[in-house]
Amino acid sequence: MTDPLARPPKKDPQVRTRVPTRPSHFRSRAALGIAASAAEGRFMLQVCGECRAVQYPPRDACAACLSIDLAWRDVSPLGRLIAETTVRTSTSIYFRERAPWRIGTVKLEAGPSVMAHLHGDLLPDADVRVVSVLDKSGQGVLFAVPDDATPNMEDDPQMREMTSDPKHRRVLITDARNENAPALAKALADAGASMIFVGEAESWRPYPHRGALAAIPNVDILPMDVTDTASVRELCGEIGGKTDILINNARFVRPGGILDRADVGFAREEMEVNYFGLLRLAQHFGPAMRGRGADGDNSAAAWVNILSVNAWANSPDYGLFSASNAAALSLSQNLRADLWDGGVRLLNVFTGPTEDEWHQPLPPPKVTPAAIARAMIDGLKGGLEDVFVGDVAKDLIDRWRAGPKILEREMMENRGASS
Amino acid sequence: MPRGAKRHPYDGIVAVAPATVPYQRFSKEAAHWWIARALKQSLDAASLSSRDVDGLIVSSFTLFPDSAVGLTQHLGLSPRWLDDIPMGGACGVVGLRRAARAVQSGDADVVACVAGDTNHVDSFRRMLSSFSRFAQDASYPYGSGGPNACFALLTDHYMKRFGARREDFGKICVAQRQNALRNPHAVMKTPLTMEQYIGARPISDPIALFDCVMPVAGAECFLVMREEDAKAEGIPFAYIRATIERHNAFPDDPIQMRGGWAVDIGELYAMAGLKPEDMQVVQTYDDYPVIVMMQFEDLGFCGKGEGPDFVRAHDLTIDGDFPHNTSGGQLSAGQAGAGGGYLGLTEAMRQVTGTAGPTQVTNARNALVSGFGMINFDRGLCSGAVILSGEGA
Repeated sequence: MTDPLARPPKKDPQVRTRVPTRPSHFRSRAALGIAASAAEGRFMLQVCGECRAVQYPPRDACAACLSIDLAWRDVSPLGRLIAETTVRTSTSIYFRERAPWRIGTVKLEAGPSVMAHLHGDLLPDADVRVVSVLDKSGQGVLFAVPDDATPNMEDDPQMREMTSDPKHRRVLITDARNENAPALAKALADAGASMIFVGEAESWRPYPHRGALAAIPNVDILPMDVTDTASVRELCGEIGGKTDILINNARFVRPGGILDRADVGFAREEMEVNYFGLLRLAQHFGPAMRGRGADGDNSAAAWVNILSVNAWANSPDYGLFSASNAAALSLSQNLRADLWDGGVRLLNVFTGPTEDEWHQPLPPPKVTPAAIARAMIDGLKGGLEDVFVGDVAKDLIDRWRAGPKILEREMMENRGASS
Repeated sequence: MPRGAKRHPYDGIVAVAPATVPYQRFSKEAAHWWIARALKQSLDAASLSSRDVDGLIVSSFTLFPDSAVGLTQHLGLSPRWLDDIPMGGACGVVGLRRAARAVQSGDADVVACVAGDTNHVDSFRRMLSSFSRFAQDASYPYGSGGPNACFALLTDHYMKRFGARREDFGKICVAQRQNALRNPHAVMKTPLTMEQYIGARPISDPIALFDCVMPVAGAECFLVMREEDAKAEGIPFAYIRATIERHNAFPDDPIQMRGGWAVDIGELYAMAGLKPEDMQVVQTYDDYPVIVMMQFEDLGFCGKGEGPDFVRAHDLTIDGDFPHNTSGGQLSAGQAGAGGGYLGLTEAMRQVTGTAGPTQVTNARNALVSGFGMINFDRGLCSGAVILSGEGA
């Protein structure tokens, strides 16, 4: 059984913040498939298209029949732990700082044996489930966990290195005025976040859910407007050094495509919030978070953007909003690369049409704030990079992967029918 | 496809002039420096000059950016036959096989086989992180314990599966240290007790400090030539009775329990016309004691899983009933990179030619030498073995 993680002590300002180090991030191109599946929390290995042999380590040709038709497929994650060791000396600074570190050999039901990080609750010869996760280098690794959940298993020190668990972490939600703010704050409080700062623009202007938001434990509403550089700078000066997880839920949305609008007014506001807002936040909070990626149990862990899935494929009915989200998606990739060095993860939660006033005439299914909150928590606890919430978003990304050009036609044909 | 023709013996081909450049823990010199010294030492022993060398085989991890080709110009050699054998602990056996056939076929008259590496303060870490593609992708990111961690997994599995105890591995290490105390070139110069072995600092459980080789700088060399030429020079020589090599054997074993020797061992003894009990001295590849135990099994001295009992039943020291790794092996003499793949071979050549000096086993006419190398991902891929014979002492 894992010991529950204790609340981290208050930081000693005289002690140097530990500089983030990383496990080796070098991988062959084929091996990057592990990271790609880990980013979504799937367990995939290469499977030969000709002889069905499951391959590991990732490679360029089938070791059974020499076929080069090796596709990444979901395979059984079950296996048995057949050997283990506790590494006490390492040539890597990262592991040296975290030694002793436990690894093992797992014989997978799917065929090959793999080397994996081991969860502390695993006993010798245990039946295990192997998950693909991202380590602090941002690369994919395999992690063996007990097949059945154990108490506090998310608090295992090796596991917590792979995840962005909100427990005992301090969170900033950037937009109190967004209808989803109370659901996000509530989910984070339930997940054990120790402080939940919420940025509030134009405090003089009332909004219906403020009371509910303020009533959530550990919530602290502070002034910030993502369209105002000075206000972002000011809040960052106050809490930037203790923001462990940043949830960027600021969003400006209006229906309409290019020919529905007579000027660039709304488009500019969409960019101001959805694109420049993210940029302002990143320029201020990003450096502090990157520097605190190894700062103890409440180190900086993750940056979360809540984006429209139409960042991937334009929905003409919300064409300009889609465009601003496409810009934000691209910017998020830049931010992911920048945060990489610090071991801080960037998670994008992609949603379909949401249950709010600006999507009111659209037919269901629409995504509720509670569903977004659940997806965000799952993404943080799983250490993911990409989460698709709701049937519309999942369906869209499936179609995008099958063929972006075909999807573009489908989006045009569906005009007026959905988002 | 049916298995090929009967193998030709190595009649008339001999190995001579084993050279060992005394090892150092760390060196500021480059691999080229170490290799040059070993080569010179072999040539001097055979009264040859570098102009007489028309074949060259090189093994080294630290020659980069050079390979065997660069060495020819660096060392002023003009060979008509050249090979570069990147097979770590199997490079000695494999090099000897290649060289013997080259001389036998007349492609070369004298092949110099040389292996060695330098050891800078940070070179071991650098080598580990880029050792192989599979290691980079699938083992190094898991704790970066290097070969210690990989062999810890094999050891853990072997102990659980076959009932080996730490004391059994300890017996191998303690015996080798006793042997090393008689080898003036050994890096380890103080006795090792079982209590010290068991109580040593843990490195990667169940492996502790004295299960691990110490990386050092050093080089080893020998020459392969025609028997008649060796006789003409009046230098001691060893006959090559039989050889085998195998790579990536038993890929379906979920974890390594045996090496490629198990595939080919019958052929080795048949080719030599000898049996395991005919070996007066055995030099196994010993980067970790678990692989020594597997070799006792796979080389036919006992059955699979009987390694622990075999070790308990025998005295592995120079004067014991099963003289093994008489120089102290890598565990006590040090691992000079690829030179580790030559250590058993040069020592066996000295043994069967009666020139081993303080480590000499009496009446050592036949020696078995095995090599093992390249933990590409989770297991050693290369294995080889050779039987050498001589007049003994």
